[in-house]
Amino acid sequence: MVKVFWAFVKKEFYHILRDKRTLLILFGMPLAQVLIFGYAVTNEFRDAEIDVLDYAKDETSEQYINHLQSSGNFRVRRILASQNEVEEGMKGGKTKLVVSIPENFSEDFYAGNPIKIQVVTDGSDPNNANTLVQYLTEMTQSFQRLKRNEVPNPYSIQVASRMMYNPQLASAYNFVPGTIALILLIICAMLTSLTIAKEKEIGTMEILLVSPLSPLLIILGKVAPYALLSFVNAVIVILIGFFVFEVPVLGNTLLLLGMCFLYVLTALSLGIFISTTVKTQQEAMMKSLMGLMMPSMLLSGFIFPLASMPVILEYIGKIIPATYFIRILKGVMLRGVGLNFILFEVGVLLVMTLGFLLLSWRNFKIRLE
Amino acid sequence: MKAISIHNISKSYNGTKALDNISFDVQRGQLFGLIGPDGAGKSTLFRILTTLLLADEGEAFVDGLHVVNQYQEIRKRVGYMPGRFSLYQDLSVEENLSFFATIFGTTIEENYDLVKDIYVQIEPFKKRLAGKLSGGMKQKLALSCALIHKPTVLFLDEPTTGVDAVSRKEFWDMLKSLKEKNIAILVSTPYMDEATLCDEIALIQEGRILKIDEPQNMMERFDKPLFAVKTNSTYQLLKHLRLKPYTHSVLPFGECLHLITSEVLSAANIQEQLKSEGFTDVEVFDIKASIEDVFLDLSLKNEKYA
Repeated sequence: MVKVFWAFVKKEFYHILRDKRTLLILFGMPLAQVLIFGYAVTNEFRDAEIDVLDYAKDETSEQYINHLQSSGNFRVRRILASQNEVEEGMKGGKTKLVVSIPENFSEDFYAGNPIKIQVVTDGSDPNNANTLVQYLTEMTQSFQRLKRNEVPNPYSIQVASRMMYNPQLASAYNFVPGTIALILLIICAMLTSLTIAKEKEIGTMEILLVSPLSPLLIILGKVAPYALLSFVNAVIVILIGFFVFEVPVLGNTLLLLGMCFLYVLTALSLGIFISTTVKTQQEAMMKSLMGLMMPSMLLSGFIFPLASMPVILEYIGKIIPATYFIRILKGVMLRGVGLNFILFEVGVLLVMTLGFLLLSWRNFKIRLE
Repeated sequence: MKAISIHNISKSYNGTKALDNISFDVQRGQLFGLIGPDGAGKSTLFRILTTLLLADEGEAFVDGLHVVNQYQEIRKRVGYMPGRFSLYQDLSVEENLSFFATIFGTTIEENYDLVKDIYVQIEPFKKRLAGKLSGGMKQKLALSCALIHKPTVLFLDEPTTGVDAVSRKEFWDMLKSLKEKNIAILVSTPYMDEATLCDEIALIQEGRILKIDEPQNMMERFDKPLFAVKTNSTYQLLKHLRLKPYTHSVLPFGECLHLITSEVLSAANIQEQLKSEGFTDVEVFDIKASIEDVFLDLSLKNEKYA
């Protein structure tokens, strides 16, 4: 029995190692995803190019412009000459924001008169525009404090906010757990459903069935290598997150690995379940891409928060394994919680795994039809 | 105990009968051929016997075991080679063979005797990937894989389809030597010329068995007058003969026409007649029936029947 199992696993490794496509999905995809999410898909930005329309052209306005650039978030591209040029840079997509400083800036500033600084942004990219305006407002306020040496007004309410667990609002804190959840799902669910569908498609399933192998052994033999490889992948992503993007692992490492393993099992059982419902690789691909990838990416709370979704999407989000795994990961990695804080999520994943296995067991055909 | 025993098996797909009341037996050490064109139901029957499909009606036993109730036991002891090449193309010759040996709980060394004659021919290429083998070699590898666990019954579904003439002959020689090892072999083929290489054959068409007999008997017992007619204007002659009152059936056969008459006539007689009717180059011979003649004659009857 053990010998047969190893023969199966060995055969599966040959398939994986000799197929460039599988290899690419296995090892290229995690790397590409981490790097794409890490460097491209992020709300932080540096050196956003801005134009300045300076009507004042005095000492203080110059200091103000320098102050804006000092943070590293903004870089002045052009000093505009007139109102007519405001749109120009934005239309060309070069300028993200235009700051217009009114006349008599210096005088009004030190006289304590109200000053209005006009800010124009490119609303076609609302997320970015919002963030830029926020940054600019902050910089303006800090400029004001700096110059006036202001004592805080004793009669005003000051909001002192602190972002716990992610003080710098680094987006890596969000995408590393999300990427792990996605990658494990893709590798486990998609690749296992593909590899089982492939045996059906090329006809080898027919021979495997007419052999002493039990269905359980066929399935275990097929998924074991993928379980191992996806676990390795999870560890790689956590390591990249830790060393490259400085995402901490505050919780117990063993607990974290255990949770990854649990999720691997959930994804595998899902993949097996998909494979029992399809006959061809193409079908398996469609089902796992449309049915798993898209919802897991969009509805798991990875990219958009679940709470702000229409009720029906929120409920769909609640039946996606990735939703719970991302919560577990964030808890263990970022907040450093122990098992007792994530019992509910762990329970849900366990129930899902058992459910999928039961369904697959009922669906597995010991014959061809 | 019979190696295979089939009783009144029927099977339909969406209302179309794929198999209609099939019954026959295969003895131990017998090479039994299932001869019929594509779509005759051969593969369906193979899959029922290898426990992959359930028949709608009837029962079948393989090695004395019931194909439905005792399917697990059957799966341990039969060898099955499906119609399509179904080995792992991305595994080498040796890896394929050793994988199938292992899942049947044996090793290549243990049963090397059995596959030796076949395997030596592909052994020089044992490091080559199965997908890169020629058609004939693929079939030899598939046969080795089906044999490696010493099956008592061997099911070969169209093993020579798409294989060159030389390899086909080699393949049949191997089957002959296998049955001497007391393995029962059920083999299907669409090639009529291969029928004579079997001990016993069943002619099958549209899910029905037309006839079961030893191929020699089948050919000898064909009792209708049969002639080969040769001319350069084959198509005109075919049309012409179809209208003749003495014609039972006339069918193109390679470069000849095979004519079965409903009355007893001599070859010379027919030749004279046809010459006088304008086919000056015509030649007519008496011939012995081949399996194909038998099959075509029976299938004509079957069509009238249906």
